[in-house]
Amino acid sequence: MGMTMTQKILAKHAGLPTVSAGQLIEADLDLVLGNDVTTPVAIHEMDKFNKKEVFDKEKIALVMDHFTPNKDIKSAEHCKCVRQFSCANEIKNFFDVGEMGIEHALLPEKGLIVAGETCIGADSHTCTYGALGAFSTGVGSTDMAAGMVTGKAWFKVPSAIKFNIVGEKAPWVSGKDVILHIIGMIGVDGALYKSMEFVGEGIKNLTMDDRFTIANMAIEAGAKNGIFPVDELTEEYMKEHSTKSYTKYEADADAEYDEEYTIDLSTLKPTVAFPHLPENTKTIDEVGDIKIDQVVIGSCTNGRISDMRIAAEIIKGRHVAKGLRVIVIPGTQEVYLQMLDEGLTKIFIEAGAIVSTPTCGPCLGGHMGVMAAGERAVSTTNRNFVGRMGHVDSEVYLASPAVAAASAITGKISGPSDLGL
Amino acid sequence: MKAYGTVHKYGDNVDTDVIIPARYLNSSDPAELAKKCMEDIDADFVNRVKPGDIMVANKNFGCGSSREHAPIAIKASGISCVIAETFARIFYRNAINIGLPIIECPEAAKGIEAGDMVEVDFDSGMIYNKTKGTEFKGQAFPPFMQEIIKNGGLINNINSKNK
Repeated sequence: MGMTMTQKILAKHAGLPTVSAGQLIEADLDLVLGNDVTTPVAIHEMDKFNKKEVFDKEKIALVMDHFTPNKDIKSAEHCKCVRQFSCANEIKNFFDVGEMGIEHALLPEKGLIVAGETCIGADSHTCTYGALGAFSTGVGSTDMAAGMVTGKAWFKVPSAIKFNIVGEKAPWVSGKDVILHIIGMIGVDGALYKSMEFVGEGIKNLTMDDRFTIANMAIEAGAKNGIFPVDELTEEYMKEHSTKSYTKYEADADAEYDEEYTIDLSTLKPTVAFPHLPENTKTIDEVGDIKIDQVVIGSCTNGRISDMRIAAEIIKGRHVAKGLRVIVIPGTQEVYLQMLDEGLTKIFIEAGAIVSTPTCGPCLGGHMGVMAAGERAVSTTNRNFVGRMGHVDSEVYLASPAVAAASAITGKISGPSDLGL
Repeated sequence: MKAYGTVHKYGDNVDTDVIIPARYLNSSDPAELAKKCMEDIDADFVNRVKPGDIMVANKNFGCGSSREHAPIAIKASGISCVIAETFARIFYRNAINIGLPIIECPEAAKGIEAGDMVEVDFDSGMIYNKTKGTEFKGQAFPPFMQEIIKNGGLINNINSKNK
């Protein structure tokens, strides 16, 4: 029996000729990631090890992105703990304020992860790097601690669901709409414990940023990982951002899948996930009249330069609705600089939005846009759980940068077509 | 090893944001996290919970963020076992790695209500609803995971191999 793309990468890293779904393996890790919320717990766990040295100073990435620039004394203490650990252990890829970005936007941009590699991260959206053809998955702090010391992690080899992508997207439809459509279709546990493998001739019509967004939200369907084949676009991206050598894997022709779906991009419309689950999706024409208080454009899901360009294109020459708070957050310093170079920052500020330094902040109700009771946000982030962006009686509607930008102008959930675009 | 206690019952898709909201993630102290456990879904939980109590939920328990603070908060609140129809995979790993006993059992999740007195026998995987006089067979862990649990979590398990 053949192997899926994910299974091939895992087999290689476990030193086994083949693996099959359900098998328990121990795999070598090419990268171990943590942030300012999860790393302090991992450092504390590391103290329990007999051996306390890290396995490889260059294969650990620590990114201070959640509550930074620090929102309070306790989070400052957390960052201080990670800073001291990084210094003591000579961690090469420690990213503090000034260098940091939102981890899943930052790591691919810095070229720290490439096709064919394995990565665990103590952050659930670590599955983002599947866009590059890598196996990457979210874990907790104890797994991270064990990974930092041993360079290995245990995995149950996942079975997979195949998504055959065909067709071409309509204008203003993006990767966010693709993944929201899929989660709406299979549910928040539709891919529980499984890989989501994206294949098909339609992949070439998805930009790298579309693919990052899609792989990023695989976890919102419960998946272990989401993964894309490596094509010319992927290779171009990796050559531009990384000096690492990469390995291309393809699923075997006789690989087994639990389920197969065809996603015709040409049939998709801008899609919105209603509170309080990412699976509660409606297309923009079904949304109705929903007034909002806040718009967030950014995050590990949609904080990349193409997201900013789409939003700016819609907002340019218009003004945000009276009484609405519009928060734009570039994913990395590099994205921020590109925005300045391209005049996007000016467009947002002139329209009445604010542009923040990179931070996860509002996505998880941490800081920089926490909501009061009864308030509603349209957000390009990834979760709309109860209380996710603040008060338990606030609401988050997940959408693409295009829908968020259009909503910023009208003050209610809107698509670009509502502005005549 | 056995657990016995009063049941706190929850529905589908209990996410780690409601188990421990992000506004409290500026702490990693188990006792402090326990005081806020389940606050956004069941604000009275921390007042009702007694050491040894059991949490029962439907499908996809622990979905969302990978924060290990979630199983840490549950464990530190005194909960001795979580039974669910299914668990989200990161929560499942984290619970095993920190030594919070969990059992997947769809029948038990359906057949147990809030306030029931339940006993769990971890060796046999049997779940007894003492209030209703019913019993369920939970899914046993593979030997690899049993070893981690027996050694008191992932790190102790690795240490036991590298003495």
